Parts: sequence; C-alpha cells; structure tokens
Amino acid sequence: MILKMFKYIGDYGENKDTARKIRLEIILPCLEKKENITIDFKNVTGATQSFIHALLADPIRKYPEIVFDKITFKNCTDDIKIVIQIVEEYTQESL
Amino acid sequence: MKMYFSNSDYLAYFDGFLNKLNLTNKTNLTIETHPKWINVHPAILTLAASLALQVGKDNVQIPNLTASSGSYLDSMGLFNFTSQKSPYLINKKDPSGRFIPLTIIKTPTEQSQFISEMIPLLHLPPEKASAIKYVVGELIRNVLEHSMNKSGAIVAAQYYKKSNTIRIGICDNGIGIRQSLSKFWPGHTKNDVDAIKWALTPGVSGTTTNAGGTGDNAGAGLFFIKSIAKVTRNYFMIYSGSGIYKLLLRDKRSENPRLTINPEDDRHSERTNAPYLHGTLVAIDLTLDSNLDEFDKLLAKIRTSYGDAIRLRQKRQYRRFKFI
Repeated sequence: MILKMFKYIGDYGENKDTARKIRLEIILPCLEKKENITIDFKNVTGATQSFIHALLADPIRKYPEIVFDKITFKNCTDDIKIVIQIVEEYTQESL
Repeated sequence: MKMYFSNSDYLAYFDGFLNKLNLTNKTNLTIETHPKWINVHPAILTLAASLALQVGKDNVQIPNLTASSGSYLDSMGLFNFTSQKSPYLINKKDPSGRFIPLTIIKTPTEQSQFISEMIPLLHLPPEKASAIKYVVGELIRNVLEHSMNKSGAIVAAQYYKKSNTIRIGICDNGIGIRQSLSKFWPGHTKNDVDAIKWALTPGVSGTTTNAGGTGDNAGAGLFFIKSIAKVTRNYFMIYSGSGIYKLLLRDKRSENPRLTINPEDDRHSERTNAPYLHGTLVAIDLTLDSNLDEFDKLLAKIRTSYGDAIRLRQKRQYRRFKFI
C-alpha cells in the first residue's frame, strides 16, 4: 500500500498523536499481514524526531526481521531522511 | 509576585532579571517596568503570562508604564492577560513586526495549526523555517505531554533584525521537570537542576527507563534542541522549580563543536536557588545567519553523538557476572 503522509499531516510532521494513529491503524496491521508499505512524504517539508519515533520505533521493535524489507520511503526531503535514519539507528541499538 | 521588565532582559543577563523576580504571594502579580525603555526576551513575556494565568486577570497590575517602547507589550498581547487597558495605540496588523504574540496552545491540533501559521508571521524563508518549526514543535509537544496542566503551553517569539536572531520562549504552569522525571528516575531528581540536566541527557524520558524509549517517547527532544543551540552558537535555557540550566555561547574559534552527551560538559551556567517556579520555562535564541540553512547537516552531527550516547547507555545497562 502507499501511505500519502501529506493527507494526514500537512506539510510538517510534529503531531505525535497523528503519528501514533498512523502507526496503530496502518503500519502495524500491514506488517502483521507482511504487506509492503510505501510511505510517501511528497509535499511534506520536515518532521520532528518525536514524530518519526512515534511512527517507526514500535514497528522496528515489533518486526525487526521484516520491517526494513517491507517499508519503503518515497519523496523524503534531506531533513526527513536524516531524522528517519536517526530513529532507525537508535531503535536498533536498544533492541 | 513581582517582576521587573528592564531595558536589557536578554538570556545573557537573565540573572539580572531573576534578582528582581519574586514568586512568593501567589495571589497577585505586579509587573514593574523601566521608565524609559523596555526590552524583554519573549520567554520573559511567556513567564509573565503564565503567572498571570495563575493569579487571574483582575490581579495583574502593570503600574507606571511610561516607556514608549512599552507598546511592544501590547503588540505581544500581554494586555490580554490583565484587566488593565493598554495605554498604547498600536497597529496590530503591522506586517513589519515579525513576531508571534503570546499564544496559548492546549491541544495537538492547536499545535499543528500554530506551527503552520508561525513561519509566515516571522516572514522566514523556507530554508530557515525547518529548524524553527522543529524546535517549537518539540517544545510545545513536551508541554502538552509532560506538564500535566490543562492551561497548556504559552508561546511567543520575536525576530531581532540587529542580531538577525529569532528569540523563542515557551512556558507552562505544569508539574515541572523534576516531578515529571521522578517516577522513573528517583536517583537523578535530587534537586531541580539535577533533574533538568538528566532531562537533557540522550535517551532519558519521563515515561520509561529503557534507553530506546517507548513506542511514543524516545527521550531525545531536549538533547536535540540543546545540540541545535550549541552547533548554531546560541543561548538555550531551562528554568523549572528552583533550578536553571543555561547553555552559554561556545567559543567562536571552535568551528566544529563536539556535541557532548553529558550536559555537565557543555559550557553552561546553573542555579539551584532561583525563585521557585511552578512549571517550566524554556528559552532559545536561533541566529538566522548560522548554519540553519543546512538543517539536515546539523541533524547529521547530532545523529552521530546521539547514537554514541545510546550505545554507551546500553553498555552501562548490561548485567554483569559476580566474581568472588
């Protein structure tokens, strides 16, 4: 499935409640069913570490074997890319 | 309670402001002002507004307001927090203002709306906007999540042309950092400044002792913001309870500052005996001619030190065999 983030968060990701909702209602159920997800950040300019953490930390912890194959990111700005890399790193450090 | 707005209430001189701050007798608030010129950091205005919320509009006085620059207090919305009428006639829609007046944010939805509206108010170009959105987004979220107070976060910001700096303040009337951390970190909350320093440490959250945090919290927010201030060579201050931690400006000659895991190792000042503040005040300056344009590179610097810190904490938590 393709998850168009702009539809949920507008041009900036800082609302952790929205991140949590996307995680619980879309990302985790997809991983549970071993489905592929493309998270598309088109027209989103940035996101806080807290937001990306709320979106991805649990999926990495719960599905460490498949999460990196099943989730793909698209149209990320450099700012978003680096925040995703920060979260993926420290979450794996603490597994 | 009493406070005094002088002609130089910047973060550099915050001790001077504190010397005239009296937070006893929480039934009324008197704000005295310099007779000729008022120049206060937006953080001080957010503090005034949060104290005004505690005592109620009718119990806030700003007597003998004679400084012509006092109209700034009106522009910033301070008179919305008192029954006293403003003596100034100002054009509230002045587009050259480049400020965000005192705003109360109580919900994540209001937070999102505020973040999207603040950049046009400050007239910032997009390449400068990312860092400002990031910092304000994280700080407001901290208040909404950890302050345990329904009155929310009070935010204000101002652009200063001379120094090309955005100064930001966020204050709340919540439980404070020490109480917020005390459940999971009793050993690190002996006093307020210890708690503030522990909150600035990578991987420390008020919701868990796990170095990687929970699904919703990582304990990284304040470390990131302190690091942004350090790399861009700006002031950053947290005041909570009777503790104050203030990051001082690093040496201009150090082009590539080392990001330190322990806030104790940063060039800073601290106080353990400040007038007791029920809540938390956070202030930060962000100079726009610094490396804010390349926010991704700035975050990459923080990424390395954050990863090191988490690895270090993980090692510290390894269980060890006993040798007898």
